[in-house]
Amino acid sequence: MAITREDVLHVAALAQLELSEQEIARLTEQLGDILEAVGKVSELDLSDVPPTSHPLSVVNVFRPDEPRPCLPLEDVFANAPERDGDHFRVPPTGVAEESSA
Amino acid sequence: MAEWESVIGLEIHVQLKTRTKMFCGCEAGFGGEPNTRTCPVCLAFPGALPVPNATAVEWTIKLGHALNCRIAEHAVFHRKNYFYPDNPKGYQISQYDEPLCLDGSFVVPAEDGDSVVGIVRAHLEEDAAKTVHVGGATGRIVGAAHSNVDFNRGGTPLVEIVTRPDIRSAEQAKRFLQLLRQTIVELGISDAEMEKGTLRADANVSVRQVGETGYRTRSELKNMNSFNHIARGIDAELRRQIETWESGREVVQETLDYEVKSDTVTPRRRKEEADDYRYFPEPDLVPLAPQRDLVERLHGELPELPGARIRRFEEQYGLSYYDAEVLNGSAALAALYEQVALDGVDAKAVSNVLMNEFSATGVDPATVNGAELGKVIAARATIPREAFMRALAESGDPEFRSETYLGETLVGDRSELEPLVDRILAGNPGQVEAYRGGKEGLLGFFVGQVMKETGGKADPRIVNELLRDKLSA
Repeated sequence: MAITREDVLHVAALAQLELSEQEIARLTEQLGDILEAVGKVSELDLSDVPPTSHPLSVVNVFRPDEPRPCLPLEDVFANAPERDGDHFRVPPTGVAEESSA
Repeated sequence: MAEWESVIGLEIHVQLKTRTKMFCGCEAGFGGEPNTRTCPVCLAFPGALPVPNATAVEWTIKLGHALNCRIAEHAVFHRKNYFYPDNPKGYQISQYDEPLCLDGSFVVPAEDGDSVVGIVRAHLEEDAAKTVHVGGATGRIVGAAHSNVDFNRGGTPLVEIVTRPDIRSAEQAKRFLQLLRQTIVELGISDAEMEKGTLRADANVSVRQVGETGYRTRSELKNMNSFNHIARGIDAELRRQIETWESGREVVQETLDYEVKSDTVTPRRRKEEADDYRYFPEPDLVPLAPQRDLVERLHGELPELPGARIRRFEEQYGLSYYDAEVLNGSAALAALYEQVALDGVDAKAVSNVLMNEFSATGVDPATVNGAELGKVIAARATIPREAFMRALAESGDPEFRSETYLGETLVGDRSELEPLVDRILAGNPGQVEAYRGGKEGLLGFFVGQVMKETGGKADPRIVNELLRDKLSA
């Protein structure tokens, strides 16, 4: 299952990455190699094996619905690229607000 | 021209009113200065790990039961990848092909019978943060100088409910949503208020000609903030699609916003890439395997739901569909009704009083002592109208007692009322003549005059009799 140049450009666009021609060529090859290696698994007959979404056999880890202290504002904004009062300042989003995609 | 049929499916988001967020212990809900309800988990600091809120999972199962869903024995959280400033991780934790609740149905009673809307799924996810657009010459979003983000809402538990395309009209969609909202409110899991955004609904709309079995291309309608806007938005989109097909063009799949002012739909700016969320299982969260005894217990905890209660009211109290629906507009009003009606007061009379005079007072039915109110309603024909109205207005008072009002009796003595009636007739010769000339609606005028003179204490039955006798004499 080789990966195409178009696949790489599509994934790059979704990840909002700009790639040089050289990078596109290198990544097309490398991602192809990775897929091929992972694809080895499909040579096995696994029709009886349920898909594994998690390596652990643990289920149902929960937390009680009890409030815990939040961060002080100086810690909240410690790594913010830009701050506007008590808000994170970001570039204009340009499109209507997503109502929880 | 062939007849068109509407095909509508809904996607509803419900914000749960848990105390804390979905995956961290930050307080959820309204209030709090911007960004003060945040922590490393909901701000997506590196290394922070989510832990699911047990209550949110239980409430979702409860809602699943109310929607007659199958509760999955094995459910998984997925990452839904997208970049937007309201989503600090670069993905939303949601559910994909293994949701918590699936394959349900929701019965919507109506005057002309029940309709059943299939439920594809109900799953649990986290809400996005709030972005506020600041500046810009016109104040419009496009051209805004920058945007500000408040992460207080980010990470609040959200249930997404997806219906099958079983809805056939805008009105039916509205009624479905109203009943769903009431069901959710009565389950006690959300305030489900559209104006506050704790209940949001998008509609998938298409049309087809009657007799067609497949579906035509649908559009997704967003940005509707009230039940009425949803109905109007769907209607506007149905009109647009029918017009498009009839003029020989094709409906294309797109996302539209409903604009209230112009009553039209407008396409959203197309995203640069089609939706490609690259879902994959969230490696930071282990699967959910709801234990069957918990699932059973939650089923047992379901209250009687409003849809079923409407039908029971019709049957048990012999009410019309309309009355049963209005009385079930809130659990508290329905409970008050039952308390009074079961006390032996005429069921239809109680229904009329509660729907009309009582509702007009604005008194919260939850605060009313039903036994005392019942005595007042039972005596309504024998006490002055004014005392009756005062009783209703004061029925929410903890000190409310029926005796206060029952002591005020009507003047029903003919000999006492007759001179007064004579005086009023003598004082209004023009109206008397008009009445005798056929304007019988004037009877109400005379009754009103007598009531005015007696401070509302005259027995209207006797007054009517006296007036009719004398006017026809």
